[in-house]
This record gives sequence, structure tokens and C-alpha cells, in this order.
Amino acid sequence: MADPVVVVDGVSKRFRLYHERNRSLKAAILRAGRVRYDEFWALRDVSLEIEEGITYGLVGENGSGKSTLLKCIAKILRPDDGRIATRGKMAALLELGSGFHPELSGRENVFLNGSILGLSKRDLTARFDDIVGFAGLERFIDQPVKNYSSGMYVRLGFSVAINIDPDVLLVDEVLAVGDAVFQRRCNEKFADFRRAGKTVVIVSHATDALRTMCDRVAWLKDGQVVAEGRSEDVVDDYVDQGHEDRVEVTPEVAESRWGSGEVRLQHVTLVDSAGRETSHPSTGDAVTIRLRYRADKPVAKPVFGLALETLDGTWLWAHHTRDAGFVPDEIVGEGVVDLHVPNLMLQPGTYDLSASVVDYTTTHQYDYLRRCLRFDVEHGTPRESGGFVALGGRWVSDSFVA
Amino acid sequence: MSSVAELAESRELFVNLTLRELRGKYKRSVLGWTWSLLNPLANMVIFSVVFRYFLKVATTAGDPSGLKVFALWLLCGLLPWNFLSNGMSGSMGTLIANSNLIKKVFFPREILVASNIASWVVSFLLELGVLALVLVVAGSFVLPWLLPVIGLVVVQTLFVVGIGLVLSVLNVYFRDVQHFIGILLQIWFYATPIVYPISYVRDALKHRHVLFTLYKLNPMVRFVEAYRDCLYDRRFPPLLDTVFLVGVSVATLAVGVYVFTKLEPKLAEEL
Ligand SMILES: Nc1ncnc2c1ncn2[C@@H]1O[C@H](COP(=O)(O)OP(=O)(O)O)[C@@H](O)[C@H]1O
Ligand SMILES: [Mg+2]
Repeated sequence: MADPVVVVDGVSKRFRLYHERNRSLKAAILRAGRVRYDEFWALRDVSLEIEEGITYGLVGENGSGKSTLLKCIAKILRPDDGRIATRGKMAALLELGSGFHPELSGRENVFLNGSILGLSKRDLTARFDDIVGFAGLERFIDQPVKNYSSGMYVRLGFSVAINIDPDVLLVDEVLAVGDAVFQRRCNEKFADFRRAGKTVVIVSHATDALRTMCDRVAWLKDGQVVAEGRSEDVVDDYVDQGHEDRVEVTPEVAESRWGSGEVRLQHVTLVDSAGRETSHPSTGDAVTIRLRYRADKPVAKPVFGLALETLDGTWLWAHHTRDAGFVPDEIVGEGVVDLHVPNLMLQPGTYDLSASVVDYTTTHQYDYLRRCLRFDVEHGTPRESGGFVALGGRWVSDSFVA
Repeated sequence: MSSVAELAESRELFVNLTLRELRGKYKRSVLGWTWSLLNPLANMVIFSVVFRYFLKVATTAGDPSGLKVFALWLLCGLLPWNFLSNGMSGSMGTLIANSNLIKKVFFPREILVASNIASWVVSFLLELGVLALVLVVAGSFVLPWLLPVIGLVVVQTLFVVGIGLVLSVLNVYFRDVQHFIGILLQIWFYATPIVYPISYVRDALKHRHVLFTLYKLNPMVRFVEAYRDCLYDRRFPPLLDTVFLVGVSVATLAVGVYVFTKLEPKLAEEL
């Protein structure tokens, strides 16, 4: 058996939840230095060993502490108790974006990030074309990254992380973003990476992907490891516990909800062309997805997002207001954002909608409602034969008449 | 605070971040580097007019240099002050400005403060260089005195880094620190003999030695006096003052390192 490259030994991590959101020196002085907060244990006595050269998966529900554990391994968070030992060069791709500076160009960010990850300028220059080429961003590399779409952001982050040739790569949920072509290239890169005897630690919701990609998996629940072992066994247990089944989720259901709460999504509804709420539109209908939000204090540049998936979890579509160039300078109070869809190009079937409000960098979630709206699409026009999407195509032939 | 080995590994990063700060400062302006000189120049003109001509502050004669130019005398104190004030404001914002990096990648966080201040050192040296040229043109052969001035810059940098380390983390925990610092900087500016000669204070407090000693506990008093000694008067600052400055700077740095080390582990979650 190979040596462990990552040893997590009895690690606990506690967060403080402050009663006051905006902590000021003035308030602290007035309260004579006492800052009031609750404590919350995000990790409790977690121990793991990750051997060299394997791909290690972390599963668990939202809020179970997966990202926190990954950040502790990456040394970004310091555990309050326990010890973490790592060997070799480590690169981390944490939830959305990997520490890019929005004002700098893609090129400057590659060099900055590369030097943070310990590469010299000469090394970076040598690998620069590979990095940009892999991300497919040749045409955009001299633009400030704040103009990038979230997919481009992730592609560049992944490309830097994997091309600097780390010994251990930590990946958090990022591969859900990006198109299918890029995902396939990532998977090939992962395979190369593993063949080269490198170690990967990956957090994912996609249980199928974990089962096939990982050698071992740990299942986290409420900050504790409930199972650890061969990936098939642990993932099967996890799925058996009903985790692949969708939990019925409304904004009121707490587990489905995520975020710091400066902006709250109060209602997510589907509205037909007559302005009525509907849960069963037809293919080709004009529909509106309506988000009602509330912000108690002014929030600058919020980004609203929507995502659509099928019942088996296939990610069909996502769109957010930043990519659409539709971001207000500030919101406060209650309000409504609509997405007008002129033709609902979905084939009959059942779909789940997730909605989110994030900050302008899309790295901080104000509110995230996973699978908050389920709707059934009924037969309409066009009527096509199968699958999820309707392309609205028309058959023609010069060779015969029909 | 990180181990020496980690810091050594991060040399490249330090250089990169410093260059980024410098580029950020100068890229946006057409005038580029000369832009950085415009600000102290404007300060100099305003202060000279107000204090020399309106308030009739006397022009001190350089001893032994014999120089007697208010604007140059002023600059010898103003430039070190600007370095302090820029370094304080800059380091205060740097952790928040780079919160993206801190939350996503591991590296010794103090590098952010160090590189921000390093960029101000570069500006400061540039300004001092220009000042030295002007002094030479004005007939004061100051070049050999640049050596002790470099020494002073090194000592003052320790001082500024110490303060910067404290302010940078404090500002993460309490976002209104900058308002307090704004007020503090104003008071501090006038508590330092920049626009008036120290002799005014000495005379005013002639019979209150304790108060004058207290006044001189402000390290910037001795810093400004020391820079003026070298650049304007062309003489060495008193040895005791130099010892005081080195001591205070090293102590400030030690406090800065201590506070930063205490608060740094929680930065990623507090940001
Ligand atoms: N910076 C933070 N401050 C306070 N609580 C946090 C912070 N980061 C995460 N948490 C909390 O820690 C728990 C675990 O979060 P996380 O590790 O992100 O879960 P996962 O990645 O498994 O969905 C959540 O309940 C979350 O609210
Ligand atoms: Mg997570």
C-alpha cells in the first residue's frame, strides 16, 4: 500500500455566526469589546487517510461539511482541533472560481495564480499556451476576467490548476459547470493525471461520476464521517439512504436552502402567457419564470440564476443575469425578476428548477434553492419524438415526397 | 505567520504582487510614473502657500548646508509622512481587496501587506530621488547623504509594515477602522513637525519639559527630523534619536507580527 499523501487526524472546525452582520469598531467599543456570536461545528473529529495516487471522493448533503474539509486540507481554513498533514504540491479548485482578480486580465491572473501556486515566471511562460489552449480562451485571455462567463471562469481555473502539475488536486463541485466538451476534456485530463500517479480529492453531488471515478469515498453527514471505503460500497449506501431521490423542496424546507441570506428568494413560480401560475406548461408555450426576492439591506450587484435538471439529475440548462448582462447596481426591499421564455423548448416530461442569488463574482451565495420548483411539460408544438429538448427542426428531402 | 521557508518560496509571488500593485497605480494614467510625483507636488504647493505665505511660518536655514528654501524643507518632512500615510491606507484595504485570493488559495497572507507597502516604498524612493536632484540643482550636494537616508527608509519601512499588519487584519474584523484611521492620520499629521519647525513646539513648551518629551514620543517626530537632518541640513541625526527609531520600529514590527499571527488563521472565514 502506498503512503498517505493527506492525513486528516481528528479534525474539528467551528464557525462563528455573528449576531450582527456588519461588525463595526464603533459598535464593539460601545458594547465594551464583546462581540456576540453563536458557535457552529461544521466538522467534528474527522479522520481520513488518502493514499498517494488514488482518486478520493467526498459525498454528503449540502451543508455536511465537504467544502469545509477541502478548505482545511488546502490550508485555507485552520482547524480548531486536530491535525492535517499533506505531502507534495497541492492545487485547489474550490467552489466557483479559483481566486482570480476580477479587474486583471486572464493573462495576468494566470501568472498571478501560477506564482501563488509556486511556479516561477519561466515555468509559467513555458506552460502558458497549454493553459490557455486547454481552457479554450485564446481570444479572451487579455480581457479582464470580470467579463468572463462563469463557465469561462471555471475553465481557466481548472486549466491553471491542472497544468501547474500538482501532486494533489482538490476539486469542489466545479465540474458541474462548463459544457459537455469541456467536461469530457477534464475527465481525460483527470485520467492522465491519475495515470501519472497523482492524487485527486473530489467533492461531487453526481453519485454516478463518483462511483466510476473514485477509488475510495467518504460520506460526510453533519460534519462527521459516517462511512468510508471503496467507492461502489459507500456510494451505494449513500444512494440507498435515499440521497439520489429528490427531496421535495420548497423555499420553506431548510436543507434545500443555502446561503448567507442578505437576499432571500421568497417565491419561485412559473407563469403562463395569461399571467396565471402554472405547473404544467406545454412544449412551445411562452412562459415566465418569476423570482420574488427580498433584501432587508441594500445589496450591490446581485446576480440571479436559474438551473434546470431532469429527475435523474442531468443538468440541462442554466442561465444567470450576469451572463445576460442584466445586473442592477443595487437592490433593496422586495422585488421581482422575470425570465421571459418565448418558446419553452422542452419535450414532455418532468423537470426541476433551482434558483439562486449570488454576488457579482458568483463566488458567494446569498440564497440558493435547490430543486425548488417542479413542473411537468405536456405535449404541445413542436411535437418531437423523444429526449428532453425540442429543437423545432423540420424534415425535408429532395428525393421523395411524403 | 508563516515559516521562513514558506516565505522564501513565495519570493516570486511577492515580486509579482508588488509589480501588480505598481502597475495598478500607474497603468491607468497617461502620465504614468510622473503621475506619482504630481500628488506630493500639489501638496507641496498648497502647504507652501498656506503655511509660508498666509501663516508666515519661518523658513528654517539648513545647518550646515545653508539652504533656505521653504518648499524643499517642507518636502523633506512631507515625503516620509506620505509614505506612512499611504502605507497605512494601502495595507488597510489590501486583505479585503484580495479576499478572492484568500478564500481560494493558500499562501502566506502577510505577503499581501508586504507587497502593498513595498509598492509604496518604490514610490517613496522615486520621490526621494527627484527631491535629491532638485536639492543638487539648488546647490546642495546631497548625494553622499542618500546613504543614511536609505538606512532611514529601511527603518521606517519596518515601522510602517508593523502598523500595516495590525491595520490590515483589524479592518477585516471591523470594517469601520478606516474612518477612525482617517481621523487619526489628521491628528498625527499636525502632531508631527511637517508644516511647522519643531523649534516652535520647543519654544511653546519651554517650561513644560514633560510635555515636550511626550510630544517627541511620537516616532514620526524623530523620523521627520532625521530625514531633514540628512537631506536638508546635511548632518547626521543624533545617535540617540536613531537608536530610539530603530527600537520603536523593531518593536512595532514585533507587535504587528504578533497581532497578525493571532488573527490570520481565521481570515478566510471572516472575509
Ligand atoms: N464562513 C462560514 N461561516 C459560518 N458558517 C459556515 C461558513 N462556511 C460554511 N459554514 C457552514 O458550515 C456548514 C458546512 O458547510 P460546507 O462545508 O460548505 O458544506 P458542503 O460543502 O458539504 O455543502 C454549513 O452549515 C455552513 O452553513
Ligand atoms: Mg460545498
